[in-house]
Amino acid sequence: MAAESSAAPATGPTAVGRRRWWPPTPKMIITVAVAGAIGYLALVPLYYLLWGTFFDEKGFTLSGFARAYGDERIGEMIANSLWFAVGSALLSLVVGTALAYLNVRTDVPFKALFFAASVIPLIIPGILYTISWIFLASPEIGLLNTVLEPVFGDGVLDVFTLWGMVWVEGLHLSPIVFLLMAATFRAMDPSLEESALMCGASRWQVFRKITLPLSRPAIVAAVLIMTVRSLESFEVPALLGLQNGIYVFTSRIYFVLRTYPPDLAAAGALAVGLLVLAMIGVAISNLIGRSGRTFQTVTGKGFRPHPIELGRWRPVMGAAVIVYFVFTVIAPLLVLLYTSLLRFYQPPSVDAFRTMSLDNYRELLHLSQAMTALKNSLYLGLGTATLVMAAMAVAAWIVVRSRIPGRQIVDQLAFVPLVVPGLVLGLALSFVYLRSPVPIYGTIFILLIAYCTRYMPYGMRYAVTSMHQISSELEESAQVSGASWGQTFRRVLLPLLAPGLLAGWIYILVVSFRELSSSILLYSPGSEVLSILIFEQYENGQFTVLSALGVVMVLALVVLVTLAYKLGARVGLRQD
Amino acid sequence: MLRVDHLVKTFDPERRRRRQRTLGEEDGRVFAVNDISFQVAEGALFTLLGPSGCGKTTTLRSIAGLERPDSGTIEVGGRVLFRGRGGGKAVNVPANERGLGMVFQSYAIWPHMSVFDNVAFPLQVRRRGQRPGRRGISERVMRVLETMQLADLAQRSATKLSGGQQQRLALARALVTEPPLLLLDEPLSNLDAKLRESLRYELKRLQRELGITSVYVTHDQTEALVLSTSVAVMQSGNVMQLGRPRDIYENPNCRFVAEFIGTSNFISGHVLAKEGDRYTVDTVDGRLVLDSAAALPVGADVIVSIRPEAVEIGTSSRAGEVPNEWTGTVLTNAFLGEAVDHVVRIGGHEIRARGNPDVSIAPGTAVYLWLDPGKLALVPVG
Repeated sequence: MAAESSAAPATGPTAVGRRRWWPPTPKMIITVAVAGAIGYLALVPLYYLLWGTFFDEKGFTLSGFARAYGDERIGEMIANSLWFAVGSALLSLVVGTALAYLNVRTDVPFKALFFAASVIPLIIPGILYTISWIFLASPEIGLLNTVLEPVFGDGVLDVFTLWGMVWVEGLHLSPIVFLLMAATFRAMDPSLEESALMCGASRWQVFRKITLPLSRPAIVAAVLIMTVRSLESFEVPALLGLQNGIYVFTSRIYFVLRTYPPDLAAAGALAVGLLVLAMIGVAISNLIGRSGRTFQTVTGKGFRPHPIELGRWRPVMGAAVIVYFVFTVIAPLLVLLYTSLLRFYQPPSVDAFRTMSLDNYRELLHLSQAMTALKNSLYLGLGTATLVMAAMAVAAWIVVRSRIPGRQIVDQLAFVPLVVPGLVLGLALSFVYLRSPVPIYGTIFILLIAYCTRYMPYGMRYAVTSMHQISSELEESAQVSGASWGQTFRRVLLPLLAPGLLAGWIYILVVSFRELSSSILLYSPGSEVLSILIFEQYENGQFTVLSALGVVMVLALVVLVTLAYKLGARVGLRQD
Repeated sequence: MLRVDHLVKTFDPERRRRRQRTLGEEDGRVFAVNDISFQVAEGALFTLLGPSGCGKTTTLRSIAGLERPDSGTIEVGGRVLFRGRGGGKAVNVPANERGLGMVFQSYAIWPHMSVFDNVAFPLQVRRRGQRPGRRGISERVMRVLETMQLADLAQRSATKLSGGQQQRLALARALVTEPPLLLLDEPLSNLDAKLRESLRYELKRLQRELGITSVYVTHDQTEALVLSTSVAVMQSGNVMQLGRPRDIYENPNCRFVAEFIGTSNFISGHVLAKEGDRYTVDTVDGRLVLDSAAALPVGADVIVSIRPEAVEIGTSSRAGEVPNEWTGTVLTNAFLGEAVDHVVRIGGHEIRARGNPDVSIAPGTAVYLWLDPGKLALVPVG
């Protein structure tokens, strides 16, 4: 024993009481680099956005604001924005909450459909969802209008209205509310409701007086998140609103930048306004989350109560579920597939079916842009996911485990991009790199920077959650065993973090694969991505080719998402 | 072997700063460990015993290098691992260069590695020059797994072990480098009562057989008494008493120690007379003679600590035959399996007596109590 002990730590007292800063250890270099990168990505674009909005050659100016908000229709634009955002949030809330309650607490039939519907926002990007609703409910070409025409007359459904926008956005968001609320209902102690039943309350009274009040914090959070998301949404307002001049913040910014010459300061002023609105939403939801009455509804008991029997309402609810499923999943996908097989867009008829062919897909192969876009999307997705998760693993360590002073700042910085709408980020980055001497503008790297910034908060959330799940003793025991920081990180932390990091990696891969709102302001010929190409094709009226491209994109996303679930399950299995 | 001198550790600066704002400068410093010193001889098992929050784990983690003390010195085998400013050149060897072994409360077994890999890890992460070859590592891992009777399970996933096996694995991992000092942080607290008891003896046997110097942290006084060669009882960052388990049990030097180590009855009084080691004490409930090694002057205020097992109980008087006979009334009794507890009211006090499970006296009965002079302890007041 004695011989061993003298051999192992032969170096003697190595580190002195005062920390040495030079030469830097790998640990210092890596942590400083990661923290620096996070700070750069989070703050520099915002700084340039404010600077570009408030300053011109002559100094401080509010002329951008004057031009942006001087328009007499500005009040209408703001009203539209709020209407659209709140309306979509409420629609998604009502639909999502009802579905979640049915799924978690009742014996409603077709429960398998819920899962299929819940992955829809992941596999059908907003732009495709919007376009398929144009195919379904446009007054001129909408399939639903063709069906309804004999009864109600011409063009009874018009998706190019504020109501149409709310309908499409709300439906697209409803699966997210479903997932949020299902988690809440599942975590709630059923004995709270059972005791109300024992007191003689009816099912409906229990739902109204116990279930809803108890889940109020989750409901409020869901409304605010959905409001902010709709406020930031670009696809729906751009495709549905611009047609009839229904502007909201995002589409107005886009419009201002597309007119020649583009008025950057005015766009910046609008972006600042949108940013302020988004920040107010996030701030309120944080405030309510912290101070609002929160209830301890989660107890350790793991049993599931007997689901509520719907009785004679069961077929009705089953039908409602089917209708929902048809509207959110089947109809948009089918119409996309149908259009992709046509030579030119037309309502279904014997003639239409006779002319169906795979010509559009063949054309895609010859469209050089399509291949470039697919490649770009894939590279960007892989690059963003890898860079973000690698950096966030270290950032999560800094925040959760280290005692580096100021580590909380790193945490907060990493979450800053969460409140920055994609379009605003795109604008801010163009402010930065139009002035930058480094030739990044106009290359694919500016998109990479944009994606890394946008998805940094999600990566951080995945990494921090996984880091919290690893007992610090596992790390300390490696340290005591003689492992250096690098060895501990590589051999103990990374393998244990792997499932969480992988889940985050795939999520980021999926969302960056279909990013549109930042890309739309930053791409240039040669660096198009799939969603941009679809957008361009729509503007050119190439509905059939666009649909083929959309089908390809949905298939690619289905593969990615399936892979994600499979991998997640396998890694999860190895864990226990 | 291990030498800890004037170790001080206050709460981390952030919390301290927050407290300072509310408490003011002076009392802002909250001591986790307040100037403690002790030495552990080669081959000994030294226990830090105390309630939660007493600073025992902080002390252990300071030795391991996982906490950074404010001041003091820590030496293992003559090598300075930590020296605060003010005592010569400041030293703080990082945890991964201290070369100690440690068993964590949760065992901290890496779930993504096999049993073998867990044990091999400390050898694999050594610097290139000091790392044994693949065969060398394998031999040493298997040798220590043999000792811990885990050799058959070497290739098994580390998470598929029972509680007892996990504990042995954690021990194997801590011992594979043959460290000069083994640190154990409440290693038995995660186990059920039955397993805990058998592993307690197992741990003692291994420690004595391997002769490895150990520091053990626990809040369980039985564990401390069974395992240790010496014990330090801690309370709010201070060592209250340090000594052999038997000394601490039989002669606690303060009420806290007497109370913490086993159940006890306390009766206050003052020293009436003293003859060598034999004291006569006047208590509120009567006079007691007892033997104590404590050096207390006549007239000193004291507390007499009476262990329940030092009190014998009976229904007929034996006055004259044995000293210290008191009378009282049985309030309740409780059958504990290996013994029966009686709670007896004497004057203004209740005294708990523990005895033969065959003797059970109904509540309300008048009884005689005899207090064994050799088993009573004198605790100084203040």
